[in-house]
Amino acid sequence: MGNIILVILEQREGKLKKSSFETASVAAKLAKDLNLNVQAVAIGSEISNLDEVAKYGVGNITHFKNDSLANYSSSAYAAIVTEFAKEISADYLIVANTSYGKDLAPRVSVKLNAGCLIDCVKLEVSSGEVIATRPIYAGKALMDAKLKSAVKFFTIRPNVFKPVEESVTAEITTKDVDVPDTSTKVIDFKKAEGKLDVAEADIIVSGGRGLKTPEDFKLIEDLADALGAAVGASRAVVDAGWRPHGEQVGQTGKTVSPSLYIACGISGAIQHLAGMSSAKYIVAINKDKDAPIFGIADYGIVGDVFEIIPKLTEAIKSLN
Amino acid sequence: MKIAVCISHVPDTATKINIADNGKEIDPAGVTYIINPYDEFAVEEALTTKETLGDDSEVIAISVGNDKNKETIKKALAMGVDSGVLLKIESQLDSFGIAKALAEEIKAQGCDLVFMGKQSVDFDNQIVGQMTSAILDYSCISVVVDFKLDGQDITCEREIEGGKEVVAAQLPCIITAQKGLNEPRYASLKGIMSAKKKTIEEKSAVETESNTEVIGLKKPPAKNPGRILGTDSSAVHELVRLLREEAKVI
Ligand SMILES: Cc1cc2nc3c(=O)[nH]c(=O)nc-3n(C[C@H](O)[C@H](O)[C@H](O)COP(=O)(O)OP(=O)(O)OC[C@H]3O[C@@H](n4cnc5c(N)ncnc54)[C@H](O)[C@@H]3O)c2cc1C
Repeated sequence: MGNIILVILEQREGKLKKSSFETASVAAKLAKDLNLNVQAVAIGSEISNLDEVAKYGVGNITHFKNDSLANYSSSAYAAIVTEFAKEISADYLIVANTSYGKDLAPRVSVKLNAGCLIDCVKLEVSSGEVIATRPIYAGKALMDAKLKSAVKFFTIRPNVFKPVEESVTAEITTKDVDVPDTSTKVIDFKKAEGKLDVAEADIIVSGGRGLKTPEDFKLIEDLADALGAAVGASRAVVDAGWRPHGEQVGQTGKTVSPSLYIACGISGAIQHLAGMSSAKYIVAINKDKDAPIFGIADYGIVGDVFEIIPKLTEAIKSLN
Repeated sequence: MKIAVCISHVPDTATKINIADNGKEIDPAGVTYIINPYDEFAVEEALTTKETLGDDSEVIAISVGNDKNKETIKKALAMGVDSGVLLKIESQLDSFGIAKALAEEIKAQGCDLVFMGKQSVDFDNQIVGQMTSAILDYSCISVVVDFKLDGQDITCEREIEGGKEVVAAQLPCIITAQKGLNEPRYASLKGIMSAKKKTIEEKSAVETESNTEVIGLKKPPAKNPGRILGTDSSAVHELVRLLREEAKVI
Protein backbone atom coordinates (compact mmCIF):
# COMPACT_ATOMS: atom_id res chain seq x y z
CA MET A 1 0.00 0.00 0.00
CA GLY A 2 1.15 3.57 0.52
CA ASN A 3 3.63 2.75 3.31
CA ILE A 4 2.04 5.45 5.40
CA ILE A 5 1.09 5.92 9.02
CA LEU A 6 -1.61 8.55 9.32
CA VAL A 7 -1.99 10.47 12.57
CA ILE A 8 -5.41 11.98 13.13
CA LEU A 9 -5.02 15.20 15.08
CA GLU A 10 -7.64 16.66 17.37
CA GLN A 11 -8.37 20.35 17.67
CA ARG A 12 -10.82 22.09 19.90
CA GLU A 13 -11.63 25.77 19.55
CA GLY A 14 -8.95 26.06 16.90
CA LYS A 15 -6.12 24.60 18.93
CA LEU A 16 -4.55 21.15 18.81
CA LYS A 17 -4.87 19.22 22.02
CA LYS A 18 -1.90 17.89 23.93
CA SER A 19 -2.90 14.31 23.16
CA SER A 20 -2.33 15.08 19.47
CA PHE A 21 1.37 15.60 20.16
CA GLU A 22 1.57 12.34 22.08
CA THR A 23 -0.07 10.57 19.15
CA ALA A 24 2.24 12.23 16.64
CA SER A 25 5.24 11.18 18.67
CA VAL A 26 4.07 7.56 18.92
CA ALA A 27 3.38 7.48 15.19
CA ALA A 28 6.79 8.95 14.34
CA LYS A 29 8.45 6.23 16.41
CA LEU A 30 6.35 3.46 14.81
CA ALA A 31 7.14 4.85 11.37
CA LYS A 32 10.83 4.53 12.13
CA ASP A 33 10.52 1.00 13.47
CA LEU A 34 8.36 -0.12 10.55
CA ASN A 35 10.23 1.87 7.95
CA LEU A 36 7.16 3.81 6.85
CA ASN A 37 6.36 7.46 6.24
CA VAL A 38 4.26 9.40 8.65
CA GLN A 39 1.65 12.08 7.90
CA ALA A 40 -0.90 13.95 9.93
CA VAL A 41 -4.39 15.15 9.16
CA ALA A 42 -6.50 17.75 10.95
CA ILE A 43 -10.00 19.01 10.28
CA GLY A 44 -11.41 22.35 11.34
CA SER A 45 -11.53 26.04 10.69
CA GLU A 46 -8.37 28.02 11.64
CA ILE A 47 -5.96 25.89 13.72
CA SER A 48 -3.41 28.10 15.39
CA ASN A 49 -0.72 25.63 16.48
CA LEU A 50 -0.77 23.08 13.67
CA ASP A 51 2.94 23.46 12.97
CA GLU A 52 3.76 22.32 16.51
CA VAL A 53 3.20 18.72 15.40
CA ALA A 54 6.49 18.97 13.53
CA LYS A 55 8.27 19.24 16.87
CA TYR A 56 7.30 15.65 17.49
CA GLY A 57 8.56 14.17 14.26
CA VAL A 58 5.60 14.63 11.93
CA GLY A 59 6.17 17.29 9.29
CA ASN A 60 3.70 16.37 6.57
CA ILE A 61 0.40 17.84 7.73
CA THR A 62 -2.85 18.16 5.79
CA HIS A 63 -5.49 20.52 7.06
CA PHE A 64 -9.03 20.10 5.71
CA LYS A 65 -10.56 23.46 6.22
CA ASN A 66 -14.08 24.76 6.35
CA ASP A 67 -15.56 27.21 8.83
CA SER A 68 -18.54 25.00 9.40
CA LEU A 69 -16.21 22.17 10.43
CA ALA A 70 -14.86 24.11 13.41
CA ASN A 71 -16.71 21.71 15.71
CA TYR A 72 -16.54 17.95 15.47
CA SER A 73 -19.26 16.39 13.39
CA SER A 74 -19.04 12.61 13.41
CA SER A 75 -20.48 12.07 9.95
CA ALA A 76 -18.47 14.78 8.19
CA TYR A 77 -15.19 14.12 9.96
CA ALA A 78 -15.44 10.36 9.42
CA ALA A 79 -16.11 10.88 5.71
CA ILE A 80 -13.15 13.24 5.28
CA VAL A 81 -10.67 11.04 7.15
CA THR A 82 -11.87 7.94 5.28
CA GLU A 83 -11.50 9.61 1.90
CA PHE A 84 -8.05 10.93 2.74
CA ALA A 85 -6.81 7.61 4.13
CA LYS A 86 -7.93 5.94 0.91
CA GLU A 87 -6.33 8.60 -1.24
CA ILE A 88 -2.92 8.20 0.36
CA SER A 89 -3.39 4.43 0.92
CA ALA A 90 -2.63 4.68 4.62
CA ASP A 91 -1.54 1.37 6.13
CA TYR A 92 -1.91 2.48 9.72
CA LEU A 93 -4.12 5.07 11.39
CA ILE A 94 -3.63 6.32 14.88
CA VAL A 95 -5.61 8.69 17.07
CA ALA A 96 -5.76 9.50 20.79
CA ASN A 97 -8.42 7.65 22.76
CA THR A 98 -10.27 10.80 23.76
CA SER A 99 -14.03 11.37 23.26
CA TYR A 100 -13.10 12.46 19.76
CA GLY A 101 -10.89 9.49 18.92
CA LYS A 102 -13.25 6.99 20.49
CA ASP A 103 -16.14 8.28 18.45
CA LEU A 104 -14.28 8.66 15.17
CA ALA A 105 -12.03 5.59 15.02
CA PRO A 106 -14.71 2.88 14.82
CA ARG A 107 -16.60 4.73 12.08
CA VAL A 108 -13.52 5.16 9.92
CA SER A 109 -12.24 1.66 10.58
CA VAL A 110 -15.46 0.09 9.27
CA LYS A 111 -15.31 2.15 6.09
CA LEU A 112 -11.66 1.14 5.54
CA ASN A 113 -12.15 -2.52 6.54
CA ALA A 114 -9.52 -1.86 9.15
CA GLY A 115 -9.17 -3.78 12.37
CA CYS A 116 -9.14 -1.58 15.37
CA LEU A 117 -7.44 -1.85 18.76
CA ILE A 118 -8.64 0.64 21.31
CA ASP A 119 -7.11 2.38 24.31
CA CYS A 120 -3.61 0.97 23.81
CA VAL A 121 -1.13 1.66 26.59
CA LYS A 122 1.82 0.15 24.75
CA LEU A 123 2.63 -0.30 21.05
CA GLU A 124 5.68 -2.28 20.12
CA VAL A 125 7.09 -3.49 16.86
CA SER A 126 8.15 -7.11 16.78
CA SER A 127 9.19 -8.84 13.53
CA GLY A 128 7.59 -6.08 11.49
CA GLU A 129 4.26 -6.26 13.29
CA VAL A 130 2.70 -3.93 15.81
CA ILE A 131 1.85 -5.61 19.10
CA ALA A 132 -0.60 -3.58 21.16
CA THR A 133 -1.22 -3.88 24.87
CA ARG A 134 -4.54 -2.73 26.23
CA PRO A 135 -6.35 -2.98 29.55
CA ILE A 136 -9.54 -5.06 29.60
CA TYR A 137 -12.02 -6.01 32.31
CA ALA A 138 -11.65 -2.58 33.89
CA GLY A 139 -7.89 -2.95 34.07
CA LYS A 140 -8.00 -6.32 35.81
CA ALA A 141 -6.16 -7.86 32.87
CA LEU A 142 -3.97 -6.70 30.02
CA MET A 143 -4.40 -8.03 26.51
CA ASP A 144 -1.61 -8.28 23.96
CA ALA A 145 -3.02 -8.38 20.47
CA LYS A 146 -2.25 -7.65 16.85
CA LEU A 147 -4.33 -6.86 13.82
CA LYS A 148 -4.61 -9.10 10.79
CA SER A 149 -6.39 -6.67 8.47
CA ALA A 150 -4.53 -4.84 5.68
CA VAL A 151 -5.32 -1.45 7.22
CA LYS A 152 -4.76 -1.18 10.95
CA PHE A 153 -6.16 1.32 13.38
CA PHE A 154 -4.94 2.01 16.92
CA THR A 155 -6.19 4.46 19.51
CA ILE A 156 -3.84 5.31 22.35
CA ARG A 157 -4.67 6.23 25.92
CA PRO A 158 -3.92 9.91 26.60
CA ASN A 159 -1.18 10.80 29.10
CA VAL A 160 0.49 7.41 28.90
CA PHE A 161 2.97 7.98 26.08
CA LYS A 162 5.35 10.85 26.70
CA PRO A 163 5.81 12.98 23.60
CA VAL A 164 9.45 12.94 22.52
CA GLU A 165 10.73 16.11 20.89
CA GLU A 166 12.27 15.51 17.51
CA SER A 167 11.90 18.54 15.29
CA VAL A 168 11.31 18.20 11.58
CA THR A 169 10.18 20.85 9.10
CA ALA A 170 6.46 21.50 9.03
CA GLU A 171 4.89 21.33 5.58
CA ILE A 172 1.23 22.19 5.95
CA THR A 173 -1.12 21.66 3.03
CA THR A 174 -4.43 23.40 3.51
CA LYS A 175 -7.33 22.03 1.51
CA ASP A 176 -10.71 23.71 1.39
CA VAL A 177 -13.40 21.05 1.63
CA ASP A 178 -17.12 20.95 1.30
CA VAL A 179 -18.91 19.43 4.25
CA PRO A 180 -19.54 15.97 2.86
CA ASP A 181 -22.17 14.57 5.18
CA THR A 182 -24.20 16.64 7.56
CA SER A 183 -26.44 13.93 8.94
CA THR A 184 -25.03 14.50 12.43
CA LYS A 185 -24.35 18.04 13.60
CA VAL A 186 -23.09 19.56 16.81
CA ILE A 187 -25.42 22.51 17.44
CA ASP A 188 -24.21 23.66 20.82
CA PHE A 189 -21.59 23.06 23.50
CA LYS A 190 -22.41 23.34 27.18
CA LYS A 191 -19.25 23.97 29.10
CA ALA A 192 -19.02 22.22 32.47
CA GLU A 193 -18.64 24.50 35.45
CA GLY A 194 -15.36 22.85 36.55
CA LYS A 195 -12.30 24.61 35.29
CA LEU A 196 -10.27 21.62 34.25
CA ASP A 197 -11.57 18.26 33.07
CA VAL A 198 -10.28 15.21 34.94
CA ALA A 199 -9.67 13.42 31.65
CA GLU A 200 -7.15 16.06 30.63
CA ALA A 201 -5.59 17.09 33.91
CA ASP A 202 -2.04 16.32 34.92
CA ILE A 203 -2.94 16.36 38.61
CA ILE A 204 -6.27 15.29 40.07
CA VAL A 205 -7.53 15.72 43.62
CA SER A 206 -10.48 13.39 44.14
CA GLY A 207 -12.92 13.22 47.00
CA GLY A 208 -15.21 10.46 48.19
CA ARG A 209 -17.77 9.81 50.84
CA GLY A 210 -15.16 10.47 53.51
CA LEU A 211 -15.91 14.16 52.93
CA LYS A 212 -19.04 14.26 54.99
CA THR A 213 -21.10 16.83 53.06
CA PRO A 214 -21.09 18.52 49.65
CA GLU A 215 -19.89 21.74 51.30
CA ASP A 216 -16.81 19.92 52.57
CA PHE A 217 -15.67 19.54 48.97
CA LYS A 218 -14.37 23.07 49.43
CA LEU A 219 -11.35 21.34 51.02
CA ILE A 220 -10.80 19.37 47.82
CA GLU A 221 -11.29 22.45 45.66
CA ASP A 222 -8.79 24.46 47.67
CA LEU A 223 -6.14 21.76 47.42
CA ALA A 224 -6.85 21.40 43.70
CA ASP A 225 -6.49 25.16 43.26
CA ALA A 226 -3.18 25.19 45.07
CA LEU A 227 -1.89 22.42 42.80
CA GLY A 228 -3.48 23.64 39.57
CA ALA A 229 -5.33 20.34 39.57
CA ALA A 230 -8.76 19.14 38.47
CA VAL A 231 -11.38 18.00 40.98
CA GLY A 232 -12.46 14.38 40.73
CA ALA A 233 -15.06 12.38 42.62
CA SER A 234 -16.09 8.85 43.45
CA ARG A 235 -19.39 7.52 42.26
CA ALA A 236 -20.79 7.52 45.77
CA VAL A 237 -20.66 11.32 45.94
CA VAL A 238 -21.83 11.77 42.35
CA ASP A 239 -24.82 9.51 42.97
CA ALA A 240 -25.54 11.48 46.13
CA GLY A 241 -25.73 14.60 43.97
CA TRP A 242 -22.77 16.30 45.63
CA ARG A 243 -20.74 16.55 42.46
CA PRO A 244 -21.51 16.54 38.71
CA HIS A 245 -21.09 13.31 36.79
CA GLY A 246 -18.41 14.88 34.62
CA GLU A 247 -16.08 14.66 37.61
CA GLN A 248 -16.64 10.97 38.29
CA VAL A 249 -13.59 8.78 37.96
CA GLY A 250 -13.97 5.07 37.45
CA GLN A 251 -15.67 2.46 35.43
CA THR A 252 -18.89 4.41 34.93
CA GLY A 253 -17.05 7.72 34.91
CA LYS A 254 -13.83 8.73 33.26
CA THR A 255 -10.58 6.86 32.85
CA VAL A 256 -7.68 9.06 33.80
CA SER A 257 -3.88 8.75 33.71
CA PRO A 258 -2.57 11.86 35.44
CA SER A 259 0.95 12.19 36.82
CA LEU A 260 -0.51 12.55 40.29
CA TYR A 261 -3.82 11.35 41.72
CA ILE A 262 -4.70 12.28 45.29
CA ALA A 263 -7.60 10.21 46.66
CA CYS A 264 -9.20 11.72 49.75
CA GLY A 265 -11.78 9.76 51.71
CA ILE A 266 -12.16 7.26 48.88
CA SER A 267 -12.20 3.58 49.80
CA GLY A 268 -10.77 2.33 46.50
CA ALA A 269 -13.54 0.06 45.22
CA ILE A 270 -12.49 -1.95 42.18
CA GLN A 271 -14.73 0.18 39.93
CA HIS A 272 -12.99 3.33 41.13
CA LEU A 273 -9.54 1.79 40.65
CA ALA A 274 -10.54 0.89 37.08
CA GLY A 275 -10.54 4.57 36.22
CA MET A 276 -7.33 5.72 37.88
CA SER A 277 -4.92 2.87 38.47
CA SER A 278 -2.75 3.95 35.55
CA ALA A 279 -1.95 7.26 37.26
CA LYS A 280 1.81 7.56 37.63
CA TYR A 281 1.72 8.47 41.32
CA ILE A 282 -1.16 7.82 43.68
CA VAL A 283 -1.58 9.38 47.10
CA ALA A 284 -4.27 8.13 49.48
CA ILE A 285 -5.61 9.90 52.51
CA ASN A 286 -8.04 7.73 54.42
CA LYS A 287 -8.72 7.10 58.08
CA ASP A 288 -9.13 3.35 57.57
CA LYS A 289 -5.71 1.74 57.31
CA ASP A 290 -7.29 -1.30 55.61
CA ALA A 291 -8.97 0.69 52.84
CA PRO A 292 -8.13 -0.96 49.48
CA ILE A 293 -6.94 2.37 48.07
CA PHE A 294 -3.74 1.92 50.11
CA GLY A 295 -3.06 -1.24 48.10
CA ILE A 296 -2.29 0.81 45.01
CA ALA A 297 -1.15 4.07 46.55
CA ASP A 298 2.51 5.07 46.35
CA TYR A 299 2.19 7.26 49.40
CA GLY A 300 -0.47 7.08 52.05
CA ILE A 301 -1.49 8.95 55.12
CA VAL A 302 -3.80 7.12 57.50
CA GLY A 303 -5.76 9.97 58.95
CA ASP A 304 -8.68 12.31 58.94
CA VAL A 305 -9.22 14.25 55.71
CA PHE A 306 -10.50 17.23 57.68
CA GLU A 307 -7.20 17.48 59.48
CA ILE A 308 -4.79 16.47 56.70
CA ILE A 309 -6.11 18.27 53.62
CA PRO A 310 -5.96 21.84 54.99
CA LYS A 311 -2.40 21.20 56.16
CA LEU A 312 -1.46 19.80 52.78
CA THR A 313 -3.01 22.78 50.99
CA GLU A 314 -1.07 25.11 53.23
CA ALA A 315 2.20 23.25 52.61
CA ILE A 316 1.67 23.34 48.83
CA LYS A 317 0.86 27.03 48.90
CA SER A 318 4.00 27.79 50.84
CA LEU A 319 6.02 26.00 48.12
CA ASN A 320 4.80 28.35 45.44
CA MET B 1 -41.67 1.91 15.11
CA LYS B 2 -39.45 -1.02 15.93
CA ILE B 3 -36.84 -0.10 18.50
CA ALA B 4 -33.85 -2.36 19.11
CA VAL B 5 -31.83 -2.49 22.26
CA CYS B 6 -28.55 -4.39 22.08
CA ILE B 7 -27.41 -5.95 25.31
CA SER B 8 -24.38 -7.88 26.40
CA HIS B 9 -23.75 -10.38 29.11
CA VAL B 10 -20.61 -9.52 31.06
CA PRO B 11 -18.72 -10.43 34.22
CA ASP B 12 -19.90 -8.48 37.24
CA THR B 13 -17.48 -5.61 37.72
CA ALA B 14 -16.74 -6.69 41.27
CA THR B 15 -15.83 -10.21 40.20
CA LYS B 16 -12.29 -11.54 40.30
CA ILE B 17 -10.78 -12.23 36.92
CA ASN B 18 -8.52 -15.24 36.35
CA ILE B 19 -6.81 -16.06 33.11
CA ALA B 20 -7.67 -19.41 31.52
CA ASP B 21 -5.04 -22.09 30.92
CA ASN B 22 -4.78 -21.22 27.23
CA GLY B 23 -3.66 -17.74 28.28
CA LYS B 24 -5.98 -16.10 25.78
CA GLU B 25 -9.25 -15.67 27.59
CA ILE B 26 -10.57 -15.44 31.10
CA ASP B 27 -11.48 -18.48 33.12
CA PRO B 28 -15.28 -18.36 33.47
CA ALA B 29 -15.23 -20.55 36.61
CA GLY B 30 -16.63 -18.67 39.57
CA VAL B 31 -17.39 -15.56 37.56
CA THR B 32 -20.84 -14.01 38.07
CA TYR B 33 -22.33 -12.60 34.89
CA ILE B 34 -24.72 -9.69 34.70
CA ILE B 35 -26.38 -7.47 32.12
CA ASN B 36 -23.81 -4.88 31.05
CA PRO B 37 -24.50 -1.90 33.36
CA TYR B 38 -24.64 0.64 30.51
CA ASP B 39 -27.14 -1.55 28.69
CA GLU B 40 -29.60 -1.01 31.51
CA PHE B 41 -29.65 2.68 30.61
CA ALA B 42 -30.21 1.68 26.99
CA VAL B 43 -33.12 -0.60 27.93
CA GLU B 44 -34.67 2.12 30.07
CA GLU B 45 -34.40 4.71 27.30
CA ALA B 46 -35.90 2.32 24.75
CA LEU B 47 -38.82 1.63 27.06
CA THR B 48 -39.50 5.29 27.91
CA THR B 49 -39.29 6.16 24.21
CA LYS B 50 -41.89 3.53 23.42
CA GLU B 51 -44.08 4.76 26.27
CA THR B 52 -43.78 8.37 25.15
CA LEU B 53 -44.65 7.47 21.58
CA GLY B 54 -47.69 5.68 22.96
CA ASP B 55 -48.34 3.95 19.64
CA ASP B 56 -47.86 0.34 18.58
CA SER B 57 -44.06 0.62 18.79
CA GLU B 58 -42.21 -2.43 20.06
CA VAL B 59 -38.86 -2.94 21.70
CA ILE B 60 -36.67 -5.90 20.77
CA ALA B 61 -33.62 -6.92 22.77
CA ILE B 62 -30.76 -8.39 20.74
CA SER B 63 -27.79 -10.13 22.26
CA VAL B 64 -24.82 -11.84 20.63
CA GLY B 65 -23.41 -14.78 22.55
CA ASN B 66 -24.47 -18.19 23.78
CA ASP B 67 -27.20 -19.82 25.87
CA LYS B 68 -26.01 -18.02 28.98
CA ASN B 69 -26.99 -14.67 27.44
CA LYS B 70 -30.62 -15.72 27.81
CA GLU B 71 -30.38 -14.74 31.45
CA THR B 72 -29.54 -11.18 30.44
CA ILE B 73 -32.22 -11.11 27.74
CA LYS B 74 -34.74 -12.29 30.36
CA LYS B 75 -33.70 -9.43 32.58
CA ALA B 76 -34.54 -6.99 29.77
CA LEU B 77 -37.84 -8.76 29.11
CA ALA B 78 -38.69 -8.46 32.80
CA MET B 79 -38.00 -4.72 32.63
CA GLY B 80 -40.60 -4.49 29.87
CA VAL B 81 -38.91 -5.25 26.55
CA ASP B 82 -41.36 -7.03 24.22
CA SER B 83 -39.24 -9.80 22.76
CA GLY B 84 -35.68 -11.05 22.51
CA VAL B 85 -33.31 -12.36 19.89
CA LEU B 86 -30.23 -14.40 20.74
CA LEU B 87 -27.63 -14.42 17.97
CA LYS B 88 -25.55 -17.49 18.68
CA ILE B 89 -21.86 -17.58 17.94
CA GLU B 90 -19.40 -20.44 17.80
CA SER B 91 -16.25 -18.52 18.56
CA GLN B 92 -15.38 -15.28 20.26
CA LEU B 93 -15.92 -12.32 17.93
CA ASP B 94 -14.11 -9.00 18.03
CA SER B 95 -16.03 -5.72 18.15
CA PHE B 96 -16.39 -5.57 14.41
CA GLY B 97 -17.76 -9.13 14.38
CA ILE B 98 -20.34 -8.22 17.02
CA ALA B 99 -21.25 -5.04 15.15
CA LYS B 100 -21.68 -6.99 11.91
CA ALA B 101 -23.93 -9.58 13.56
CA LEU B 102 -26.03 -6.86 15.19
CA ALA B 103 -26.25 -4.83 11.99
CA GLU B 104 -27.61 -7.81 10.04
CA GLU B 105 -30.29 -8.41 12.64
CA ILE B 106 -31.22 -4.73 13.01
CA LYS B 107 -31.64 -4.56 9.25
CA ALA B 108 -33.66 -7.77 9.10
CA GLN B 109 -35.95 -6.53 11.87
CA GLY B 110 -36.28 -3.10 10.28
CA CYS B 111 -35.40 -1.16 13.44
CA ASP B 112 -34.90 2.55 12.85
CA LEU B 113 -33.94 3.43 16.37
CA VAL B 114 -31.33 1.47 18.27
CA PHE B 115 -30.05 1.86 21.81
CA MET B 116 -26.89 0.30 23.21
CA GLY B 117 -24.69 0.84 26.22
CA LYS B 118 -21.77 3.14 25.44
CA GLN B 119 -19.38 0.31 26.22
CA SER B 120 -19.43 -3.23 27.37
CA VAL B 121 -17.51 -3.64 30.61
CA ASP B 122 -15.63 -6.76 29.50
CA PHE B 123 -13.42 -5.52 26.68
CA ASP B 124 -14.22 -1.86 27.37
CA ASN B 125 -13.89 -0.93 23.72
CA GLN B 126 -16.65 1.63 23.35
CA ILE B 127 -16.88 1.12 19.59
CA VAL B 128 -19.66 -1.35 18.76
CA GLY B 129 -22.41 1.28 18.41
CA GLN B 130 -20.43 3.49 16.07
CA MET B 131 -19.28 0.47 14.05
CA THR B 132 -22.81 -0.85 13.70
CA SER B 133 -23.96 2.54 12.45
CA ALA B 134 -21.14 2.70 9.93
CA ILE B 135 -22.12 -0.74 8.59
CA LEU B 136 -25.79 0.24 8.30
CA ASP B 137 -25.21 3.85 7.24
CA TYR B 138 -27.32 4.96 10.21
CA SER B 139 -26.39 8.09 12.09
CA CYS B 140 -24.97 7.47 15.54
CA ILE B 141 -24.57 9.58 18.66
CA SER B 142 -22.33 8.08 21.32
CA VAL B 143 -21.99 8.60 25.08
CA VAL B 144 -25.44 10.13 25.36
CA VAL B 145 -26.76 11.62 28.62
CA ASP B 146 -29.91 13.22 27.22
CA PHE B 147 -32.12 11.99 24.39
CA LYS B 148 -35.09 13.62 22.67
CA LEU B 149 -37.09 12.33 19.72
CA ASP B 150 -39.42 14.55 17.75
CA GLY B 151 -40.80 12.83 14.66
CA GLN B 152 -37.69 11.92 12.67
CA ASP B 153 -35.49 14.42 14.50
CA ILE B 154 -33.20 13.51 17.35
CA THR B 155 -31.45 15.89 19.71
CA CYS B 156 -28.99 14.52 22.22
CA GLU B 157 -26.45 15.67 24.69
CA ARG B 158 -23.23 13.70 24.71
CA GLU B 159 -20.55 13.87 27.32
CA ILE B 160 -17.10 14.96 26.22
CA GLU B 161 -14.09 16.44 27.99
CA GLY B 162 -15.02 19.75 29.57
CA GLY B 163 -18.75 19.64 28.94
CA LYS B 164 -21.58 18.37 26.80
CA GLU B 165 -22.10 18.59 23.07
CA VAL B 166 -25.63 19.07 21.85
CA VAL B 167 -25.95 16.96 18.72
CA ALA B 168 -28.73 16.81 16.15
CA ALA B 169 -29.37 13.82 13.90
CA GLN B 170 -32.22 12.02 12.19
CA LEU B 171 -33.62 8.53 12.16
CA PRO B 172 -32.44 5.91 11.47
CA CYS B 173 -30.04 6.33 14.35
CA ILE B 174 -28.03 4.46 16.97
CA ILE B 175 -27.70 5.94 20.45
CA THR B 176 -25.07 4.70 22.91
CA ALA B 177 -26.06 5.31 26.52
CA GLN B 178 -23.92 6.83 29.24
CA LYS B 179 -24.67 6.89 32.92
CA GLY B 180 -26.82 9.93 33.65
CA LEU B 181 -29.20 9.29 30.75
CA ASN B 182 -31.89 7.96 33.09
CA GLU B 183 -32.54 5.81 36.15
CA PRO B 184 -33.12 2.25 34.98
CA ARG B 185 -36.31 0.77 36.40
CA TYR B 186 -36.35 -2.37 38.46
CA ALA B 187 -38.20 -5.35 37.08
CA SER B 188 -41.51 -5.63 38.88
CA LEU B 189 -42.86 -8.97 39.99
CA LYS B 190 -45.48 -8.66 37.27
CA GLY B 191 -42.71 -7.92 34.78
CA ILE B 192 -40.80 -11.00 35.85
CA MET B 193 -43.93 -13.16 35.52
CA SER B 194 -44.88 -11.82 32.12
CA ALA B 195 -41.28 -12.20 30.88
CA LYS B 196 -41.78 -15.95 31.15
CA LYS B 197 -44.37 -15.78 28.39
CA LYS B 198 -42.29 -13.64 26.06
CA THR B 199 -40.29 -15.27 23.31
CA ILE B 200 -36.55 -15.38 22.79
CA GLU B 201 -35.84 -16.23 19.19
CA GLU B 202 -32.56 -18.07 18.68
CA LYS B 203 -30.59 -18.02 15.50
CA SER B 204 -27.01 -18.24 14.32
CA ALA B 205 -25.18 -14.96 14.08
CA VAL B 206 -23.69 -13.91 10.79
CA GLU B 207 -20.06 -14.57 11.60
CA THR B 208 -17.19 -12.67 10.07
CA GLU B 209 -13.55 -13.48 10.44
CA SER B 210 -11.95 -11.54 13.25
CA ASN B 211 -9.46 -8.81 12.43
CA THR B 212 -7.90 -9.14 15.84
CA GLU B 213 -5.52 -11.85 16.95
CA VAL B 214 -5.19 -12.14 20.69
CA ILE B 215 -1.63 -13.04 21.60
CA GLY B 216 -2.24 -13.40 25.28
CA LEU B 217 -3.74 -12.02 28.43
CA LYS B 218 -1.79 -11.20 31.52
CA LYS B 219 -2.42 -9.74 34.93
CA PRO B 220 -1.24 -6.18 35.29
CA PRO B 221 2.09 -6.05 37.10
CA ALA B 222 1.45 -5.94 40.83
CA LYS B 223 2.19 -2.55 42.28
CA ASN B 224 4.70 -2.44 45.09
CA PRO B 225 2.80 -1.72 48.24
CA GLY B 226 3.06 1.96 48.90
CA ARG B 227 4.50 3.64 51.90
CA ILE B 228 2.34 4.78 54.77
CA LEU B 229 3.95 8.03 55.76
CA GLY B 230 2.14 8.55 59.01
CA THR B 231 -1.13 8.68 60.82
CA ASP B 232 -1.66 12.40 61.28
CA SER B 233 -0.86 15.75 59.78
CA SER B 234 2.78 15.51 60.81
CA ALA B 235 3.19 13.29 57.72
CA VAL B 236 2.20 16.12 55.39
CA HIS B 237 5.68 17.57 55.28
CA GLU B 238 7.20 14.24 54.25
CA LEU B 239 4.50 13.75 51.63
CA VAL B 240 5.22 17.10 50.03
CA ARG B 241 8.95 16.37 50.05
CA LEU B 242 8.48 12.99 48.36
CA LEU B 243 6.12 14.39 45.74
CA ARG B 244 8.64 17.06 44.98
CA GLU B 245 11.95 15.23 45.20
CA GLU B 246 11.21 11.57 44.57
CA ALA B 247 8.14 11.57 42.32
CA LYS B 248 8.90 15.02 40.88
CA VAL B 249 5.22 15.61 40.15
CA ILE B 250 4.72 18.95 41.90
C1 LIG C 1 -21.36 -1.30 37.92
C2 LIG C 1 -20.70 -0.39 38.91
C3 LIG C 1 -19.99 0.68 38.43
C4 LIG C 1 -19.36 1.56 39.33
N1 LIG C 1 -18.64 2.60 38.82
C5 LIG C 1 -17.97 3.40 39.68
C6 LIG C 1 -17.17 4.49 39.20
O1 LIG C 1 -17.11 4.79 37.99
N2 LIG C 1 -16.50 5.23 40.07
C7 LIG C 1 -16.55 4.99 41.42
O2 LIG C 1 -15.88 5.72 42.18
N3 LIG C 1 -17.31 4.00 41.89
C8 LIG C 1 -18.02 3.21 41.07
N4 LIG C 1 -18.83 2.23 41.58
C9 LIG C 1 -19.10 2.24 43.03
C10 LIG C 1 -18.03 1.63 43.87
O3 LIG C 1 -18.28 0.25 44.00
C11 LIG C 1 -18.03 2.27 45.28
O4 LIG C 1 -19.31 2.14 45.85
C12 LIG C 1 -17.64 3.75 45.32
O5 LIG C 1 -16.46 3.96 44.59
C13 LIG C 1 -17.43 4.17 46.75
O6 LIG C 1 -17.17 5.53 46.83
P1 LIG C 1 -16.34 6.12 48.05
O7 LIG C 1 -14.99 5.52 48.07
O8 LIG C 1 -16.43 7.59 47.97
O9 LIG C 1 -17.22 5.71 49.30
P2 LIG C 1 -16.97 4.61 50.42
O10 LIG C 1 -16.72 3.29 49.84
O11 LIG C 1 -18.09 4.76 51.38
O12 LIG C 1 -15.63 5.06 51.11
C14 LIG C 1 -15.49 6.20 51.90
C15 LIG C 1 -14.08 6.13 52.47
O13 LIG C 1 -13.84 7.30 53.20
C16 LIG C 1 -13.11 6.97 54.38
N5 LIG C 1 -13.39 8.03 55.35
C17 LIG C 1 -14.53 8.31 55.99
N6 LIG C 1 -14.41 9.39 56.77
C18 LIG C 1 -13.14 9.81 56.63
C19 LIG C 1 -12.38 10.88 57.19
N7 LIG C 1 -12.93 11.76 58.02
N8 LIG C 1 -11.11 11.00 56.82
C20 LIG C 1 -10.52 10.13 55.97
N9 LIG C 1 -11.19 9.11 55.41
C21 LIG C 1 -12.48 8.94 55.74
C22 LIG C 1 -13.62 5.63 54.77
O14 LIG C 1 -12.63 4.96 55.54
C23 LIG C 1 -13.85 4.95 53.44
O15 LIG C 1 -12.71 4.24 53.02
C24 LIG C 1 -19.46 1.35 40.71
C25 LIG C 1 -20.19 0.25 41.18
C26 LIG C 1 -20.81 -0.60 40.31
C27 LIG C 1 -21.57 -1.78 40.85
